[in-house]
Amino acid sequence: MAIDGSSAILEPAHHGALPGGTWRWLTTTNHKDIGTLYLCFAAVMFLTGGLMAMTIRAELFQPGLQFVQPELFNQLTTLHGLIMIFGVIMPTFTGFANWQIPLMIGAPDMAFPRMNNWSFWLLPVAAALLIGSMFLPGGAVAGGWTLYPPLSIQGGISYDMTIFALHIMGASSIMGAINIITTILNMRAPGMTPMRMPMFVWTWLITAFLLIAVMPVLAGTITMLLTDRNFGTHFFSAAGGGDPVMFQHLFWFFGHPEVYILILPAFGIVSTVIPTFARKPLFGYRSMVYATASIAILSFIVWGHHMFTVGMPVAAQLFFMYATMLIAVPTGVKVFNWVATMWRGSLTFETAMLFAVAFVCLFTIGGFSGLVLAMVPVDTQLQDTYYVVAHFHYVLVTGALFAIYAGLYYWLPKWTGHRVDENWGRWHFWLSAVSVNVLFFPMHFLGLAGMPRRIPDYALQFADFNRIASIGGFVFGASQILLLIVIVKCVRGGEPAGNCPYEGAVGLEWTLSSPPPYHSFATPPELE
Amino acid sequence: MTCARACAVAVALFALSDRSGAEYRFNLPAPQSSVAHTAYDLHIIVLWVCLAIFALVFGAMFYSLLRHRKSLGHAAHPFHESTTVEVIWTTVPFLILVGLAWPATKAVLAQKDTGNPDLTIKITGHQWKWEYEYLQEGVRFLSVLATPSEQIGDRMEKGEHYLLEVDEPLVVPVGRKVRLLLTAADVIHSWWVPALGVKQDAIPGFIRDTWFRADAPGTYRGQCAELCGRGHAFMPIVVEVKPEAEYRAWLAARKSDQAAKAAESGRAFAPAELLALGEKIFTANCAACHQANGRGIPGLFPALAGSAIVNGPPQAHVGRVLQGKPGTAMPAFAAQLDDAEIAAVVSYERQSWGNHAEPVQPALVKNQRQ
Ligand code: HEC
Ligand SMILES: [Cu+2]
Repeated sequence: MAIDGSSAILEPAHHGALPGGTWRWLTTTNHKDIGTLYLCFAAVMFLTGGLMAMTIRAELFQPGLQFVQPELFNQLTTLHGLIMIFGVIMPTFTGFANWQIPLMIGAPDMAFPRMNNWSFWLLPVAAALLIGSMFLPGGAVAGGWTLYPPLSIQGGISYDMTIFALHIMGASSIMGAINIITTILNMRAPGMTPMRMPMFVWTWLITAFLLIAVMPVLAGTITMLLTDRNFGTHFFSAAGGGDPVMFQHLFWFFGHPEVYILILPAFGIVSTVIPTFARKPLFGYRSMVYATASIAILSFIVWGHHMFTVGMPVAAQLFFMYATMLIAVPTGVKVFNWVATMWRGSLTFETAMLFAVAFVCLFTIGGFSGLVLAMVPVDTQLQDTYYVVAHFHYVLVTGALFAIYAGLYYWLPKWTGHRVDENWGRWHFWLSAVSVNVLFFPMHFLGLAGMPRRIPDYALQFADFNRIASIGGFVFGASQILLLIVIVKCVRGGEPAGNCPYEGAVGLEWTLSSPPPYHSFATPPELE
Repeated sequence: MTCARACAVAVALFALSDRSGAEYRFNLPAPQSSVAHTAYDLHIIVLWVCLAIFALVFGAMFYSLLRHRKSLGHAAHPFHESTTVEVIWTTVPFLILVGLAWPATKAVLAQKDTGNPDLTIKITGHQWKWEYEYLQEGVRFLSVLATPSEQIGDRMEKGEHYLLEVDEPLVVPVGRKVRLLLTAADVIHSWWVPALGVKQDAIPGFIRDTWFRADAPGTYRGQCAELCGRGHAFMPIVVEVKPEAEYRAWLAARKSDQAAKAAESGRAFAPAELLALGEKIFTANCAACHQANGRGIPGLFPALAGSAIVNGPPQAHVGRVLQGKPGTAMPAFAAQLDDAEIAAVVSYERQSWGNHAEPVQPALVKNQRQ
């Protein structure tokens, strides 16, 4: 049922002339075009957020203030966080979903192609509002990505712009999620029962439900912030009978599931890549699905662990501590399953696999530091320190981002029709994998020794590890140029990928040409 | 041979770390209270458990990565399910977690027990300084960063306790249970002293409590842990733990100082006196926002140089400082500064950076408070 590669460029006749150039990208309703747009947008945001991170690490290279003043520093940390979460990781995963879900379930396109276009084109508008506020008097938001009031009530117009930007991004995410759910539920090829869906599709299905559940909570919460700021309400101000801590409860009720929104699709990618290069089916498919679902459900009852130092009743602290520890169980199941998938396989180490293996190992370090932080008395010491910074960067950089890299190296041949340059890829991997640890590992020690997060200047005892982390940061930042080179090379040419460049890959996407035809599966494929 | 080389590397690394001056610290600071002790021990336990699991799991993974390679001719064994194994690796971690939860629960219960304190101190977080009030003693003072701005701006060599030094530390007796009541005046702050194992957010409009009992006399340093604006890095905490007798002596001295200051506050001040005191007050309380040069930060904090309020009638100026401006970052200083201090800082603003308005006497401030 494989389709001959030469038909890839042929457009179905009923389209007549498709618009070209800019108009094509503005009006496209094609899942692959939109996937590409998402990925390009994320790349630009990654560069922006990355340059901010470099500036932060430059300022922290040594004690004293050298490059940026504290108010600009706070803007940079805040924007870096917002951009990397809402502008990079989330859009990248949506880009992957757009490209891959129809290919993996045997569908011609997404369920709502026009809404798909709209969900994407909202994002640049939101990004312009968010980043544009840097150039207004008073500068961009500086209250941390968590926007805690009353600090976020003190700020200027940029706070309102950020709230609006988050509203728009939230709307975009919800539309994207609805589209993904509908596509997965209704457009699977005949014979693809739920328990035969690829893991990536499963993880995205669960992620999409999480998005629909929590993005409205975020929207409501920041709307309350907006009215507190502009219309005299006092939801979060004690002076008018409100409570600043209520914001934190609402925010983290969104925020914790959000963390899993940022990692579940990564689990899906890694569960796809490892079996291919182990030349073995995924170990424990069923338990993977159940583990993903349990993690998603548990994510709704652990938000309090972000607030252990706020002061809560003992019973609440214990409840949140136990619930948080419990998450280690399904997460552990996943890690064990990945290792068991590699066990007694026939392993090769293409760049995609290198990143996937690094993910398993380094994400687990982030998981362990999460377990350490779950213990209330330990968390009392470590909350709001660099230990937490280390923890979530292990989970989001060596976790989510490395999984994204694995997915890129894995699927780029499918998308472009060319194999990636493994030599450059290996350099990219090794430089990134070493430098990222030089960057983030010492942050554990900084936090333990007592360095708070979000500070532009620090005591002399923290100088050495900060210098090391900064050097790691610069190398890691520079290494990402290699990725850009790999992508550009792969898009422009290279060894033809054929339908399937991998010996061990399974899945419908590999039955199509690379790149796949315009309407991916014009007739539904049949599963045996 | 390899051992010798490893030793040489270790020595070289050690020498390197030594030469750089500061020591590398890999763990929590030495605990100085029972709460800090339990946190320290708990952390060590969890860390070992994690390391053991890590070694086991990734030992297996790296074994597989090395031996089960296609390049070594290893063929894949396509097994992909085993209920027994899966049940084991779901239940064993669960049991380990129960084992960890037990000591953690005991520690939480101890940590939350703020009953029967020997003394109670109310701590108020301000942008960007701490206010301490000894409730049973009627003693109250502000504690402000003591590091000179020249050090922060790299124009002077940094001192040993750079950014971790204050003008007036908190003083407590050793071995006594100190209960802390925390709140804040403007935004959320967090009072944190690692060696004492205390970190508690200070939330405007609410009071939260926590406690510590210091094991040994000494000076313990910490910082604000919750982002609170541009001065977040610059509001450290210093706690001096003293033997009971020294603590008593300190308290007595503090009380007589306070009484003397209160008596002074009503009298008339010479202009030079006002300006000298005013400059001190401004540096400690206002410069973080309005800047030492009085020019503020455009878009965030207004310039006082050339300001209409500062150069206008004294009542409006004093009023703004006493009451602040609700809804903005400008705090109310009525409760923080006494009449003389307000008069001094207002006079200083009125006569600095090219401003030429007449100075203000404490009597006017006193008048306006009513
Ligand atoms: C946390 C930051 C902060 C601190 C500390 C601070 N101010 Fe202000 N101040 C402000 C802000 C913001 C405004 C502007 C309020 C507004 O929107 O009108 C302001 C306004 C003023 C004004 C009115 C200026 C004008 O032209 O409108 C005066 C006078 C003033 N402050 C004096 C002081 C004095 C005296 C101190 C120290 C005792 C002080 N401020 C400390 C933030 C601060
Ligand atoms: Cu603070």
